Amino acid sequence: MELSQRHHEYWRKNLVITAVLLSIWFVVTFVEGWYARELNAITFLGFPLGFYMSAQGSLVIYVVIIWIYANYMGKLDKEFDVDEGDLG
Amino acid sequence: MSAFSQKAFNTQLKKTYSWYVGGFLIFLVALAIAEQMGLSKAWIGYVFLFATVALYAGIGIMSRTAEVSEYYVAGRRVPALFNGMATGADWMSAASFIGMAGTLFLSGFDGLAFVMGWTGGYCLVALFLAPYLRKFGQFTIPDFLGARYGGNIIRTIGIIAAITCSFVYVVAQIYGVGLITSRFTGLEFGIGVFVGLGGILVCSMLGGMKAVTWTQVAQYIILIIAYMTPVVWLGIKHTGIPVPQIAYGVTLQKVGELEKKINADPKELEVRKIFKDKADAANASLKDPAKAYADGKTKLEQNVASLKAANAPADQVSAAEKALDAYPKDEAAAKGQWTKEKGLTARAAPVRAHADPYPGKDEAARYTAKLNFLGIVFCMMFGTAALPHILMRYYTTPSVQEARVSVFWSLFFIFLLYFTAPCLAVLAKFDMFTNLVGSSFASLPAWAAAWAKVDPSLLNITDINKDGIVQWAEVVIGGDLIVLATPEIAGLPYVVSGLVAAGGLAAALSTADGLLLTIANALSHDLYYKMIDTNASTARRVTISKALLVVVAITAAWVTSLKPGDILFLVGAAFSLAASAFFPPLVLGVFWKRANKWGAIIGMSTGLAVCLYYMMRTYPFFTNMGVPKMDLWFGLNPISAGVFGLPIGLLTIIIVSMLTPAPDKETQELVEHVRYPNLKPA
Repeated sequence: MELSQRHHEYWRKNLVITAVLLSIWFVVTFVEGWYARELNAITFLGFPLGFYMSAQGSLVIYVVIIWIYANYMGKLDKEFDVDEGDLG
Repeated sequence: MSAFSQKAFNTQLKKTYSWYVGGFLIFLVALAIAEQMGLSKAWIGYVFLFATVALYAGIGIMSRTAEVSEYYVAGRRVPALFNGMATGADWMSAASFIGMAGTLFLSGFDGLAFVMGWTGGYCLVALFLAPYLRKFGQFTIPDFLGARYGGNIIRTIGIIAAITCSFVYVVAQIYGVGLITSRFTGLEFGIGVFVGLGGILVCSMLGGMKAVTWTQVAQYIILIIAYMTPVVWLGIKHTGIPVPQIAYGVTLQKVGELEKKINADPKELEVRKIFKDKADAANASLKDPAKAYADGKTKLEQNVASLKAANAPADQVSAAEKALDAYPKDEAAAKGQWTKEKGLTARAAPVRAHADPYPGKDEAARYTAKLNFLGIVFCMMFGTAALPHILMRYYTTPSVQEARVSVFWSLFFIFLLYFTAPCLAVLAKFDMFTNLVGSSFASLPAWAAAWAKVDPSLLNITDINKDGIVQWAEVVIGGDLIVLATPEIAGLPYVVSGLVAAGGLAAALSTADGLLLTIANALSHDLYYKMIDTNASTARRVTISKALLVVVAITAAWVTSLKPGDILFLVGAAFSLAASAFFPPLVLGVFWKRANKWGAIIGMSTGLAVCLYYMMRTYPFFTNMGVPKMDLWFGLNPISAGVFGLPIGLLTIIIVSMLTPAPDKETQELVEHVRYPNLKPA
């Protein structure tokens, strides 16, 4: 089937949100990990920040990333009329 | 399936599982009362083992099916929330449930690599795989590779890779099943494996994915209740609030202060000095073992002779004779003993700060530790996003959107356990620093006395400096102790210990279920139906899958009984292999239309080969068997082999695809098909 302009637009938006969320994922995983030693000098909620991020902070952000993605894409599907109806 | 019946189905599910949770809680209370009335510990163990295994088998019998779509993908009507719980149980293995908190206890910050890796991987699942695989909507992962890249070669590589990593992983699970049942019921290891296996088989054989899904939901509920109960209790004891996960920062600070106190304590220093002297002496002896052996023997003999000559008291003489008797019989035995004693250097070292990342003696060592931490994070994450038994779960939701939401629930349910584990490690450490250290050997805390007696590999306390007081340097802890002994440390009744054992069993069984099903499906669906007999009737396909399940399970149990190597390495290897083999072709298959058959074939094999090569050349198990050893690349341990395998595999796919013709129109349309949840004609 020939894809319309709208379809290309949908896919482009999908790529953008994927890239944005992936960058956040990268920062809280690898950049945070790289500087964990330095971050530990800061205290957060009674924790050294580097430890807190790896034990809890990054995990919370991962959950939020997926939640944002699922919601955003659900709306995008409807907006670009590629949703699956109310079957789900 | 109409919208109405899916809704009714969801309501029914919620009702059923609410009743189930209520029933389980009543069961716990009844057992607790029975314990107060005098039910013995052994019986509590039996009741938990048989009641839970019978429950899983019961769900299996109720969900029995011979229909293809029910058997392979649970009829594609598992709602997001429930698929999330099932994925959580599928995901969290014996290693997560029992081992994780222990690893964190022993290695502090550096253990967090697994916590991050095993959660962050779900971001990749959500962004790159789950919705697209759901839209594709077949049965297995090799199915996708076969359809996207065409031909049987890529499918075969997929089958081999899926079986390899799942099999390695399932062995680790069955090992966990045997360990738990034997520890909590006193049954033999082999019988424990057999009972557990029986539960797995009844469940997955009768109902395939359908039965496994509903059992895994039940297992998740048990395992999360089991994990949380003792932690909450311990949290109230030490932080005063029932959500210790938020408040343990204060406890962590106290642990830091106690670590400093321990490192400065003269008695601790005395014990560590004894270890250091022993290690140094052993090192010296190992330089010239023949001479050291002869010297040591002569010295003891002379001692006996001189005592006898001087008419020393009888007890002194007999002590000297005993020392001579205990001396190694020959040089080889002495060498073994010295090599062991050399290892005492580790116990002579001061306590490492729990929250301190990447410890090392100099900047270079710290840098290598950092690289290894990030290497493990990398492999665990990409491995998560490539293990077939997890990806397969996202075929079972009713729609693409449900698949996306389902990844959210999956990670949420997994997160509950993984953000608790670091907290448990800190609480347990604090408890031991305050209640165990400094107590007298005559009156150890009850749990310590009990566990030291049961299993010295889990807890060993010896009065090294003979002062009658426990120093931290005198305590050796096996990681598994932390979760297993927490109920007793927290002072809870034995029924909670039984609950924890049941939770560990649920974690191991649920993962084993998912893995065995993946292997059996790869063989029956991908190999037999798609490649050997494409006209096979549906009944025949399901029957073959069921038969294979038994064969695979028995083979896995047999391999487990040989007790192969280090469990953590086995698990790590499975992740590195999966990441190198599957991640590049799956993701490029969706996001890059130009990726073609030969790129995928060569790229996938290269990724796998690089990963295997690195492990074979660097892991002691293989190098001891005669594989020539080579230096580590960038100091990265063999467990992180995927750091090399994945990028090389990915690059190879790109380069080879560019050098060979683009895929045909049909394939390109398939890619478009999976990219849009519902591609309506304009």
